[in-house]
Amino acid sequence: MTGRKTLHTDVAIVGGGIVGASAALALRQMGIGVVLLERDLCGSRSSGVNYGGVRRQGRPLSQLPLAQRAHRIWERLRETIGTDGEYLRSGHFKIARSEADMASLERYRAQSRDFDLGLELISDARLRERCPWLGARAVGGSLCAEDGQANPRLVSPAFALAAQRAGALIFERHKVDEVAHDGRAFMLRSGNALEVHAPALLNCAGAWAGPIATEFGEEVPLQSGHPAMAVTEPLPFFMNWSLGVEGGGIYCRQVARGNLVLGGGGKGVALDADRARSDRDAIASLSAQAIELLPTLRHAHFIRTWSGTEGYLPDRQPVLGPSRTTPGLFHGFGFSGAGFQIGPAAGEVLAELVRDGRSSTPIESFSIERFTPTPP
Amino acid sequence: MTAAAGEIRPVIVGAGPAGVRAAQALVAHGLQPVVIDEASRAGGQIYRRPPASLSQRSTQTLYGLEARRAVALHIAFDALRERIDYRPDSLVWSAQGGRLDVLHGPTRGTDSVPYGQLIVATGATDRVLPVPGWTLPGVYTLGGAQVALKFQGCAIGRRVVFMGTGPLLYLVAYQYAKAGVDVAAVLDTARLANQIAAAPAMLAQPAVFAKGVYYVGWLRAHGVALHSGVRPLRVLGDEAQGRVTGVAWQDGNEERTLACDAVGFGYALRSETQLADLLGCRFEFAPLHRAHLPVRDAAGRSSVKGVYLAGDGAGIMGADAAEWAGERAALALLADQGVAVDTARTAALERRLHKLGGFREGLERAFPLPPDWAAHAPDELVVCRCENVTAGTLRQTVSVNGADEMNRLKALSRVGMGRCQGRMCGVAAAEILAHATGLPLQQVGRLRGQAPIKPIPIHLAATPSLEGAGE
Repeated sequence: MTGRKTLHTDVAIVGGGIVGASAALALRQMGIGVVLLERDLCGSRSSGVNYGGVRRQGRPLSQLPLAQRAHRIWERLRETIGTDGEYLRSGHFKIARSEADMASLERYRAQSRDFDLGLELISDARLRERCPWLGARAVGGSLCAEDGQANPRLVSPAFALAAQRAGALIFERHKVDEVAHDGRAFMLRSGNALEVHAPALLNCAGAWAGPIATEFGEEVPLQSGHPAMAVTEPLPFFMNWSLGVEGGGIYCRQVARGNLVLGGGGKGVALDADRARSDRDAIASLSAQAIELLPTLRHAHFIRTWSGTEGYLPDRQPVLGPSRTTPGLFHGFGFSGAGFQIGPAAGEVLAELVRDGRSSTPIESFSIERFTPTPP
Repeated sequence: MTAAAGEIRPVIVGAGPAGVRAAQALVAHGLQPVVIDEASRAGGQIYRRPPASLSQRSTQTLYGLEARRAVALHIAFDALRERIDYRPDSLVWSAQGGRLDVLHGPTRGTDSVPYGQLIVATGATDRVLPVPGWTLPGVYTLGGAQVALKFQGCAIGRRVVFMGTGPLLYLVAYQYAKAGVDVAAVLDTARLANQIAAAPAMLAQPAVFAKGVYYVGWLRAHGVALHSGVRPLRVLGDEAQGRVTGVAWQDGNEERTLACDAVGFGYALRSETQLADLLGCRFEFAPLHRAHLPVRDAAGRSSVKGVYLAGDGAGIMGADAAEWAGERAALALLADQGVAVDTARTAALERRLHKLGGFREGLERAFPLPPDWAAHAPDELVVCRCENVTAGTLRQTVSVNGADEMNRLKALSRVGMGRCQGRMCGVAAAEILAHATGLPLQQVGRLRGQAPIKPIPIHLAATPSLEGAGE
């Protein structure tokens, strides 16, 4: 019991992933006091081990305002967090493997026209000319030239460091064991080490956010997911674009050093509540699809595979917004494997919600109320 | 659950001293184990056999004072050949759900081997603490230099300096000199005083101790310069030719150089623990080894049911201990399956292994890792050659980004992210991290094991595992 530190602040944040850390940074920029508790190391979970796609294309229309806001944050990443995090607007190319896929990409372009994504459809001779490295399965695709990629290992921890430099108190290796609300303020306790009191609380605990929501009477059907990820040895550079596949499947990008980073192709396997690994058969599926899309990979070597633990919601949309039961509580979790690009914008939105009670970006689709409908 | 001996089909990974003796014990109890080994011929590193086409050198020249043991192990294995399912040239590259993923040859195909009981005897590789110039062509690890001699029948150079510390330093120098190579010098970072102080402990194994004394005496008698208490400064190289031209070291206050065309270096050995890690074995810091190692009981049982650990892969104890530990682990496996085993034999093996512990402590005192290596590693020293990460970059990752743990250091600096996955650079990176943070070595942790254990061609990874492997 001795030596427990007690802190009083404006906003307590649970979770030092890209959402929690960017919220901390945005709050500090507004001059608001922040204490952030991270159970492990900031950006060490799915925020830091994901594929690194920085992509707006293919997102549901409801996410595009948030994605556009994030796009502007990514543009000035270096001045915001002090590193470029290997962020490149290298282009994101969504591959069509059939005419039906092409039609679907065309439809998406029409529907997203208001958002100025600058999508360009490429097929036939022009496709072969622009990307001779694509395998025969690809019949065309849609290019978003301003989408791209970044290194999540560098970007996500850098948001936390930037928040810390801006004055946020960040406690790594501080798991939150208890959270309560006495009608006016929240109390968070981490073992015998730390107790935090704050009138506002941000639940940014990713795949582990469910229990906190439940604590406040907001049960959500949050499930853990584990994507299979793999990286090759460095190869001669041949591909600028980050690739995705219409209808799902694998994604892949080549970094400046030459390694190809690949993901998708099935599920990883959970080792325990905290850790996961790429599943053997998922790697097989990933490999087969990779060779089909990029035949040149056939003789390349995988040097490492990995996975992480992500929080998924059934409609694959995040929960982002105020609690419906508890004033001062705001949720930002469940990004369903697509949180890296929009994470920094989600952080800003959470900061706005704390300060103003509302956000300048539409977030109605992400309300937690969709899982806890009020009885008729 | 117990089973009749005939129904148990354990898998042994590794066909060095531990794996061979484990297989022998299992066969003696009527089992037919699967033995998977990366090499094309059994024997492990220490008793590595040259390809049949190259075996014109006698066992005496190949193994010297170890010839009798080497031959005994080879004979023991050859006698097992028809009674085991032997899979040479096979790399276990992953493990999951009671199956091992195996790559046959570099190109031949993959396979999935189910197991109920598994003996992990994965051996060791060199413990590397780099020195400026170590990436020049002509610089080899001590183990690499030995493999060249034993397996390929060639030397790493015409005039060779051996540098570092550990018993292997003198053994390899001796083997090279015996093979007719001009050994320019042996540079030991340990002090003679270390060895003298440790002599009583090492006398726990008088025969082994005597061999060490013999190598040193032989080298001295044959005019090989032996220097102890040195600090290696750099490997000198001809930039234009890209080749070693000599070494520089510090002897007291004096800087000395010596011309040579090849360098063999290393600081004893480190355990190959990736497979144990992928299998989920619990690890703990082992001060004697300055490493995190999978925990095991006196019989070799790991923390995972059905998984047994033996030999240098679970902690560097040398070839003799590996033979005993391999047999002991096999007997534990049998007993755990309800097969009657000779308890007098198990007790005797455990006694021997226990006794060897004292000798090992003596060895560690005789040939300690240079305690100030990290302090003296210059910023421009390349620690991770796959990713070209320098000591300075590692220090900066600590000071600027606050990395205080190995996986964080890897994520932020790329150290250990290349083809070797930290198997070569991990020891040095941990030493630098501990020094830069001021934390004790055990606290900076270890790199998490990630499949594949060694790189695997994508088209071979595309084969799914056989049958459903459970949920």
